[in-house]
Amino acid sequence: MAAGNEVSTTYYIQHHLQNLTFGHHPVNGWSLAHSAEEAVEMGFWAIHLDTMGWSIAMGLLFIWLFRKAGKVATSGVPGGLQNAVEMVVEFIENLTRSTFHGRNPHIAPIALTLFVWILFMNTLKIIPVDYGPVLFSKLGVDYMKIVPTTDVNATLGMALGVFGLILYYNFKVKGVGGFARELSLTPFNHWALIPFNLVLEIVSLLVKPFSLAMRLFGNMFAGEVIFILIAMLPFWAIWVLDVPWAIFHILVVTLQAFIFTVLTVVYLSAAHEHH
Amino acid sequence: MNINMTLIGQTIAFAIFVWFCIKYVWPPISNALHERQKKIADGLDAASRATRDLELAQERSEQTLKESKEQASAIIEQANKRSAQIVEEARATARAEGERLVASARSEIEQEVNRAKDELRAQVSRLAIIGAERILQESVDEKAHRKLLDELAAEL
Repeated sequence: MAAGNEVSTTYYIQHHLQNLTFGHHPVNGWSLAHSAEEAVEMGFWAIHLDTMGWSIAMGLLFIWLFRKAGKVATSGVPGGLQNAVEMVVEFIENLTRSTFHGRNPHIAPIALTLFVWILFMNTLKIIPVDYGPVLFSKLGVDYMKIVPTTDVNATLGMALGVFGLILYYNFKVKGVGGFARELSLTPFNHWALIPFNLVLEIVSLLVKPFSLAMRLFGNMFAGEVIFILIAMLPFWAIWVLDVPWAIFHILVVTLQAFIFTVLTVVYLSAAHEHH
Repeated sequence: MNINMTLIGQTIAFAIFVWFCIKYVWPPISNALHERQKKIADGLDAASRATRDLELAQERSEQTLKESKEQASAIIEQANKRSAQIVEEARATARAEGERLVASARSEIEQEVNRAKDELRAQVSRLAIIGAERILQESVDEKAHRKLLDELAAEL
C-alpha cells in the first residue's frame, strides 16, 4: 500500500489503529462506529469487539491447549504437546518459586495464565498488519485491529485484574488493620509522617497496575505503528525492514509477556509480606 | 485511544481465565510433573541401591572365593599328608607281612629239615639194621665192622 498523498497516508495509519467499536452513539444509538470520531463520541459505554474477540480467542486457545495437555498428562514419558506445555509450566513454577516468597498455590496458575495469554495475544502481531483490516473489510467490517495488547483497554483491564488481586491478598494476609498500618507507617515509622506516608504508599500502589498496563501497551503499540509505517513502503521493499523488525519482535513479544508476569508475581509477593 | 467498557470486559475475561486455570489447568499438569519427579528420584535411588548391592555381592563373592581356595589348599595338604601316611602304613604292613612270611617260611623250612632229619634218622636206623643183618649173616669182622659202625655213628 504505497502512500499516494498525505491524506491517504494519515487515513491509512488511523484506519489501522482504529478498533472495531460497538456502543451507544448519541445520534445513532447502539451501533458500530463507522469512524474514529463516532467511536470517540460513544464515550465509555462502548466496547472494542476486535480486542475482546481476539483476546478471548487467545485465552480460549490457551485454556484449550493446556487443558488438553492436562487431561492426558501422565507421569510417564510425555508426548509432544505435553512436553511443550510442561516446559512452560515448569518455567512458570520456577519463576514463581524464585520470586514469590510466600505460600500460595494460586500464584503460579495466575502467572501461567498471564504469561501464556499475553504471549499469545502479542504473537498475533507477527501476522502482517494488512491482513486483518483488509480481510475484514472484504467481509463488510470497517475496522479490525487484531492485536489486543495494542489496545490500552486490554492491558489496563488485565492490570486492573492484577490490582484487584494485589488488594485482595493484602487484605487477606495482613487484614484491614495491617494493610492500613503498612500504608500509613512505611517508609517512615512516625505518627507525624502518617499523611506523607499515606500519599507515598497510595501513589506507589496505584502506579503498579498503571505501569504494568502502560509498559505492555507502549511496547506493543509502538511496534504496531512501526509495522504500519513499514507496510507503507513500496511492496518490493517492505521485507527489507519488515523481516528484521518481525524477528526483533519475537524477542519483544516474549519479553513483554515475561515482564508483565514477573512484575505481577513480585507485586503479589509484596502483598503477602509483613513489614 | 478511548477508554471504554473493553476495560471491564478484559478484566472479567482475565478473572475467568485465571479461575479456570487455577481450577482445571494447573493441577493435572503440576501433579503429573511432580509425580514424574518423584518417580525419577525413586528410580535413581533404586539404581544407587542396586549399585551398592552389586558391590556388596561382589565383595561377598570375592571373600567366598578366597575362603574356598584356602579350604581347597587345606584339603589338598591334608590329602597329601594322608596319602604319605597311607604309603607309610602300607610300607610298614608290607614289611611286617614280609617278615611274617619269611619267619613262617623259615619255621616251615626248619620243620621240613626236622622231618627230613627224622626220616633220615629212621632210614639210617633201618639201614643200620639192614647192615647189621647183613653183617650178622656173614662173618663178623671186628675190624671191618668197627669202621663201618663208627661211620654210622658219626652219621647220626
